[in-house]
Amino acid sequence: MSLSEEQVQDIISRSRETGDYGELVEAIPYAKMIGMQVKRMGNEAFFCLPSAQNNIGNPVLPALHGGVIAGFMEQSAMLHLMMFMNSEVFPKIIDFSVDYLRAGLYRDTYATCQVWRQGRRVGNVAITAWQTRSSEPIATARAHFKLD
Amino acid sequence: MSEIELRARNFLSVLRHCQHLQMTVEQADEQGLIIKLPYSDNIVGNPVTGVIHGGAITTLMDTCCGISTVCYLPEFEICPTLDLRIDYMHPAEPGKPIFGFAECYRVTPTVIFTRGVAYQDDRAEPIAHVVGTFMRMGKAVNPGSLKAHGDEEGA
Repeated sequence: MSLSEEQVQDIISRSRETGDYGELVEAIPYAKMIGMQVKRMGNEAFFCLPSAQNNIGNPVLPALHGGVIAGFMEQSAMLHLMMFMNSEVFPKIIDFSVDYLRAGLYRDTYATCQVWRQGRRVGNVAITAWQTRSSEPIATARAHFKLD
Repeated sequence: MSEIELRARNFLSVLRHCQHLQMTVEQADEQGLIIKLPYSDNIVGNPVTGVIHGGAITTLMDTCCGISTVCYLPEFEICPTLDLRIDYMHPAEPGKPIFGFAECYRVTPTVIFTRGVAYQDDRAEPIAHVVGTFMRMGKAVNPGSLKAHGDEEGA
């Protein structure tokens, strides 16, 4: 199931042309496992994590595992960078910091990203995740990626 | 098996996503907690290199820091994560399990400060350093269950 660098580059170029990033998400095993989806609308991108039993942490509430929410946000940031910059490699994570604001209940979860700075070598991305409305985030996060 | 190790294993066993990733308690005592995350093709983040996704490492470390609280508290308490920060030292080597170690370095009546590392062969050469802060919600209604007193906080 491993892919060559050329195959990944082809998938990224195809996704850019069609605006459909489903094939790229399918090519990333972790993103596929948690079941995340991407929707591009013009120059904006929305990320969705449909509720899935295997993403539950606390079974009593029930709530999504905080690690899954963080993983979804990290993958959203990485895809966001790939969608809007002209690089055809996977950005590498340098650090990641997440603040949990509300319980991530067993519901569909959404995320949007904001690139605050994209340098030659490093990108800084802020990620917001919510369930009911974007003004009530369940978590905010910030990540640095190495771009070259 | 010690009381601490038993509580850590019970805690981990009810977290569905952790069971999905086949995480297991390796060691739990007054000095902290070690959890093992086996390598799997499902948790790869880079299909070219086969390197495990940061999200799986975040899940390992969030779980490890969170459960490490049982090593320090006299009774089982629900401790949702307030925040977590991970600094990546170098990528994990594909094909090998990852271990998470966490300890609590300060326990107050309202919060618990934890820190830890993710590593493969040697804890002195970590893949990542982690710090996490957890809320104390008080004693669980049923020891061993994960029912929180309030539903507002926690992930």
